[in-house]
Amino acid sequence: MTDRKDALMEEPLNLVLFSGTDDKLQAAAVLTAGAAALGKPVNVFLQYWALDAFRRDRIGRDHGLAPEAGTEGRVHVDDLRRAGQVSWAEVLRQAKDLGVVDIQACSLSMDLLAIDQADLDPLVDGVEGVTSFYLNAGAGHMVFI
Amino acid sequence: MTAVLETPPTVTTTVDARGSFCPGPLMELIRAIRESQVGDVIAVLSSDKGSKLDIPKWIEKAGHRLVSLTTLDGYDEIVVQKAR
Repeated sequence: MTDRKDALMEEPLNLVLFSGTDDKLQAAAVLTAGAAALGKPVNVFLQYWALDAFRRDRIGRDHGLAPEAGTEGRVHVDDLRRAGQVSWAEVLRQAKDLGVVDIQACSLSMDLLAIDQADLDPLVDGVEGVTSFYLNAGAGHMVFI
Repeated sequence: MTAVLETPPTVTTTVDARGSFCPGPLMELIRAIRESQVGDVIAVLSSDKGSKLDIPKWIEKAGHRLVSLTTLDGYDEIVVQKAR
């Protein structure tokens, strides 16, 4: 039982980030940091609007919230930020500092947005196709946000 | 036979992570542990409610020693000894 648990910890956590709103990216950053703290490797694959949020010139911007947040959700998120919650980008930087976190941009999404790696924040380690992502994912869990 | 009362170890480093949100206090603790020597005692102060649940679990998994967990006025003090 313990062996099985330990084996699971060695498998990476694989996060596919699609949404580019600050709330979903914050949730993804917290999942990443938690796994990194436990020594679990994390592979992050950026697609579509999540990739757009990682653009060098846009990463610090307000990326809005998921529609279900509504006006009340906006107030709660703003309150937490005012109370000192650090941005998702900063949580990811800390997670990279703490553990093994590899952040890759989906090559198709790069084409879609007509950008190259120089347009992306240094948090992004590289560009890869979906097959490479699956190969690196091993038997670890796959989460789509 | 008289019981020997163990005196609590002296805190080497205090990490004040009050005001930091989950998983901030744990991340600050890990950083402090990395910079410490085996045997050092680190106290983390956290006002985040999740951390007093998560940090002891992390300490066990990472193979360190939980010295104490005390709830104070609006925050928790978690004391850990680096064991390896």
